[in-house]
Amino acid sequence: MNRIDQKFESLRAAGKKAFIAFITAGYPDLSVTEALAARFEEAGVDILELGVPFSDPLADGPVIQAASFEALSKGVTLLKILDSVRAIRKQTQIPLALMTYYNPVFHFGEERFVREAKAAGVDGLIIPDLPVEEAGGLVRAAREADLSTVFFLAPTTTTDRMPGILEASTGFVYFVSVTGVTGSGVTVPEDIARSISRARKLTRKPVCVGFGVSTPAQVKAFASISDGVIVGSAIIRQMTEHSQKPDMLDRVSAFVKQLSSSL
Amino acid sequence: MKKKINASIFPDTNGHYGDLGGRFVPETLMSILIDLERESQRAFRDPSFRKEFAFYLKNFAGRPTNLYLAERLSRHLGTLKVYLKREDLLHTGAHKINNTLGQIILARRMKKTRIIAETGAGQHGVATATVCALFGLKCVVYMGAEDVERQALNVVRMKLLGAEVIPVTSGSRTLKDAMNEAIRDWVTNVRDTFYLIGTVAGPHPYPLIVRRFQSVIGQEARKQFLALEGKLPDHLVACVGGGSNAMGLFYPFFNDDKVKMTGVEAAGHGLDTGAHSASISKGEPGVLHGCKSALLQDDDGQIRLAHSIAAGLDYPGVGPEHYYYKRIGRADYVGITDKEAIEGVKLLASTEGIIPAIESAHALAWLPKLAKQVRGKKTVILCLSGRGDKDMGTIKDLLFS
Repeated sequence: MNRIDQKFESLRAAGKKAFIAFITAGYPDLSVTEALAARFEEAGVDILELGVPFSDPLADGPVIQAASFEALSKGVTLLKILDSVRAIRKQTQIPLALMTYYNPVFHFGEERFVREAKAAGVDGLIIPDLPVEEAGGLVRAAREADLSTVFFLAPTTTTDRMPGILEASTGFVYFVSVTGVTGSGVTVPEDIARSISRARKLTRKPVCVGFGVSTPAQVKAFASISDGVIVGSAIIRQMTEHSQKPDMLDRVSAFVKQLSSSL
Repeated sequence: MKKKINASIFPDTNGHYGDLGGRFVPETLMSILIDLERESQRAFRDPSFRKEFAFYLKNFAGRPTNLYLAERLSRHLGTLKVYLKREDLLHTGAHKINNTLGQIILARRMKKTRIIAETGAGQHGVATATVCALFGLKCVVYMGAEDVERQALNVVRMKLLGAEVIPVTSGSRTLKDAMNEAIRDWVTNVRDTFYLIGTVAGPHPYPLIVRRFQSVIGQEARKQFLALEGKLPDHLVACVGGGSNAMGLFYPFFNDDKVKMTGVEAAGHGLDTGAHSASISKGEPGVLHGCKSALLQDDDGQIRLAHSIAAGLDYPGVGPEHYYYKRIGRADYVGITDKEAIEGVKLLASTEGIIPAIESAHALAWLPKLAKQVRGKKTVILCLSGRGDKDMGTIKDLLFS
């Protein structure tokens, strides 16, 4: 049982929902990533999702795209990010998932990637362009290492594909709240609420909602119908807005706390 | 001895060519791709679909295209008897129209009302805008901001045809970024939108769909060559960017073991300079835009920028089926530089009175090299995939200023 599983077990025992925060690793630089990770637990973050920047982030909206390009232009690599995870682990035991596109993983070698990520202190993997049909090898390697593999459910997922996705998902299931890219912005449409509840009836695994969740009101609304919410673009936007200010870390942490406390 | 593979067995049901191809897309698109696969299979089996496709190929696009014996070119080369498959004579000036016609008829069957496409040089964009105008469908074309400037006339053509052209300013502002943006649009507007992909790449079933629509090139050429020569050709030659014209020519000959196939990639400034688009010759396996194939990438799996004088070849990936042909030894892939391609343009213009697209000129520039390699006299079918009108600006800058 890794840190993500333990977290959900304790949340469930306490009748609580998870607040999951996404930041792009290396934006604006890796020292900020490490510093924020260290503060996030105190700001009410249950799970940290660390984005590995990729040259062609086709599931991401403009905010995370821009953060990815800036990180890449500063020379951030997968190996440097794993070094940062090691540094983070010296300060906090917050459950940590890497969100990465598939090519960097494939190029690195699936088994080597799983091994090194686990050794660095990573607990789970989220790969938005890797559907379960193509994930056999990675899932096998991840199971052996007790790394969670988080797969996605979307509003367009058909009933016949759901069981396979739920089966392959460990840690939690990522429900995409909107047809679109990250940061799209949503209310809670009725059909989404219905498909979340359909998924939750099919599995005991936690189902968390993300893509376009940005306000305390949305966090509250989605938390009420799921096991947790994921916020990414809205946090990055705060980082960009306050990037020139000396108290950027304080401001971002305060923003995150405001979101997490609305659960 | 190599195990014999029959052309009818790939791709498998998940779109794999060996371990290549497949579907690597966000979950939101998975059910749409599965739906598209089912609908396209149904359409291909439906005589009324095939009849409608054939009607527009003949009456709108101008098929069949000639298989033309290039006599003076052949004499110049000495050891080769070269036939040109004249895709350059098609409406809109290139083979792209074969595929856009097929896909738009498919889109209409599926009741999609909005068509999106990506384009590099603008040829696929123009071919898409053309068929959208033909059927009165809304058309949005994503084009890298850099290419919008380089290919200004094609932007005018698309707009004239009623398409909305969206310049893409993210990333490297070229074709791969246009494709990223088109996929983002598709994820967002998935229910009413049909993504009309221009080459044999992208997630399954696109490589298969585009191969089917472009195979008309090779089917015609095979029949025409047999009628003219009473035998099969020794060589097939075609340029490869994503690889749709080459796949269209090659696939119907796949089981004809003795027919050698050569795909010509863009070697840009040279295969060893890093500034080229030769994914098969110089790339490594990877996943981009929904499929596993050969990719230009760095040590961290980040996609590298491609370079070619031919905007239509300027892409860091290639269709998975080509990489598969390379791996099983069914086809060879070679590189032709920017400079050699210009020589290819001049060669055909001066010997045959035909000005080829710079893309197709890569295939032409391979001929003098092939002519030196062969023993005795050999026959060749070369896919003249497009005409050179669009390239006159580039040619003027290089040769006449």
